[in-house]
Amino acid sequence: MSDEEDIILSELNDEDLVAQMMDDLYDGMKEEIEESVQILLERGWEPYNILTEPLVGGMTIVGKDFRDGILFVPEVLLAANAMKGGMAILKPLLVETGAPRMGKMVIGTVKGDIHDIGKNLVSMMMEGAGFEVVDLGINNDVEAYLAALGTEEPDILGMSALLTTTMPYMKVVIDTLAEKGLRDDYIVLVGGAPLNEEFGKAIGADAYCRDAAVAVETAKSFVARKHNQGVAKA
Amino acid sequence: MTGNARPQPDMVNAPMTNALSRLLETRDWLMADGATGTNLFNMGLGAGDPPELWNVDHPDRIKTLYGYAVNAGSDIFLTNTFGGNASRLKLHDAQSRVRELNRVGAELGREVADAAGRTVVVAGSVGPTGDIFAPMGPMTHELAVEIFHEQAEGLKEGGADVLWLETISAPEEYKAAAAAFALADMPWCGTMSFDTAGRTMMGVTSAQMVEMVESLPNPPLAYGANCGVGASDLLRTVLGFAAAGSERPIISKGNAGIPKYHDGHIHYDGTPELMAEYAVLARDCGATIIGGCCGTMPEHLEAMHEALTTRPRGPRPTLDEVTTKLGGFSSASDGTGEDDGPKRERRGRRTRG
Repeated sequence: MSDEEDIILSELNDEDLVAQMMDDLYDGMKEEIEESVQILLERGWEPYNILTEPLVGGMTIVGKDFRDGILFVPEVLLAANAMKGGMAILKPLLVETGAPRMGKMVIGTVKGDIHDIGKNLVSMMMEGAGFEVVDLGINNDVEAYLAALGTEEPDILGMSALLTTTMPYMKVVIDTLAEKGLRDDYIVLVGGAPLNEEFGKAIGADAYCRDAAVAVETAKSFVARKHNQGVAKA
Repeated sequence: MTGNARPQPDMVNAPMTNALSRLLETRDWLMADGATGTNLFNMGLGAGDPPELWNVDHPDRIKTLYGYAVNAGSDIFLTNTFGGNASRLKLHDAQSRVRELNRVGAELGREVADAAGRTVVVAGSVGPTGDIFAPMGPMTHELAVEIFHEQAEGLKEGGADVLWLETISAPEEYKAAAAAFALADMPWCGTMSFDTAGRTMMGVTSAQMVEMVESLPNPPLAYGANCGVGASDLLRTVLGFAAAGSERPIISKGNAGIPKYHDGHIHYDGTPELMAEYAVLARDCGATIIGGCCGTMPEHLEAMHEALTTRPRGPRPTLDEVTTKLGGFSSASDGTGEDDGPKRERRGRRTRG
């Protein structure tokens, strides 16, 4: 504890502190992240910039290393938990300051599927990336998805299935959206161990996401595209 | 080789009183079974319905399932109890039926095995709880031991020869199951699922699993890998086990290829010929107990049995030979050997007060 290399977070300049926060996120150090967020707020940082630079920036590195097989689920869960600590401080301030939203996602495993570790990981990583996530839990039928889409008005619908027997239900949901003329209102992302890109295309999803990190990257790029379209139309 | 210095636990020196140990004494390879879920879905199991309820509701279908393996020549089959722990059954509000469903699942197995006319091992299947361990999740060692112990007692009561832990990702869960099986005083086998860049979802490499297995106070009779990505990845993992130097028998239970979607249905793309090739290669890689997992139907098992019986052993294949015969790996590295996987170059870790 009394090592002379000890770091006093509040003595770091902004640049070093941001770099340190990204390392701390990587190491899943929640208390340090919370302390650093407070320090940056005291230094007059905009909540939105704290979110995007050290936090989302740090989680992007975590996501890449998860995708590349350098980090595994336990480390990612710890990092997401540290991120959550920082987010809890920032969330009310972000609302107050009217900061731009990253986007909102409704997610759940499909009817008949009770396997939710993958879905939970996606939720945590999406929150880590600054998205608002409404988690419907397991075993959702078309009606449950439709009801949530109606009340939550998300940008993204995420569906997850672990079983080869429940995968086809994703198509039922997408077909129903299409029938009701709602399909183009949402970015539909699908994932789950037995799925692949070919399957995602076959059922009419916007994209198949191999893992939680890919889900975040895909969500970001689709939301950005959607925003650009909005600007173009306006 | 550090593996030679492993502790010699009591179970190893104890008399070989179970059917699996006796078979392992006399045979240099054994065939396990294939898919449970895939076969039950073909018999009409609904998506999301717990297969374990069929032990009581449709015992004839479960005996048919066990019979598939026995008729194809399997020496070992797993009971229909994979999700039969309180944590999984709770999702179907059947957590009060753990003991019953496991007991009956094993009893049906006993009937089929005893009518086979040769030694067939009834292995009581135990799958993961599905919960993440503390501090990141709700599961604790004590709770997991309790959950697995309850299931183990049901399987024991029904007459299972051994318990068979499978598709595990977390080392904590493997250890908790081992502790529970010690409480039930049952011999056991245990496999993990290596589906993430050659490691388990929780990051365990094949070498790390061997180290963990050999450090257990009641190690399994055999250990290994099941499910995962494809036949090639599974054999890379088996080669990793063999390289770690333990003499303990290795289990290889791979999926019959990769699931594909056609016209609203899912099927696995691995042919019986491919699975036959996989079985022979698995034995050459060092596996003693060889079977299939998801998508492995009776016709696959028959082809595997035929190949294991008629084809000679070969030298241990190289990774290149595995990919030439079975297809490429899902990741460049599996975290073992000299190239122990990619790493992030980071600034020196700083400590803080």
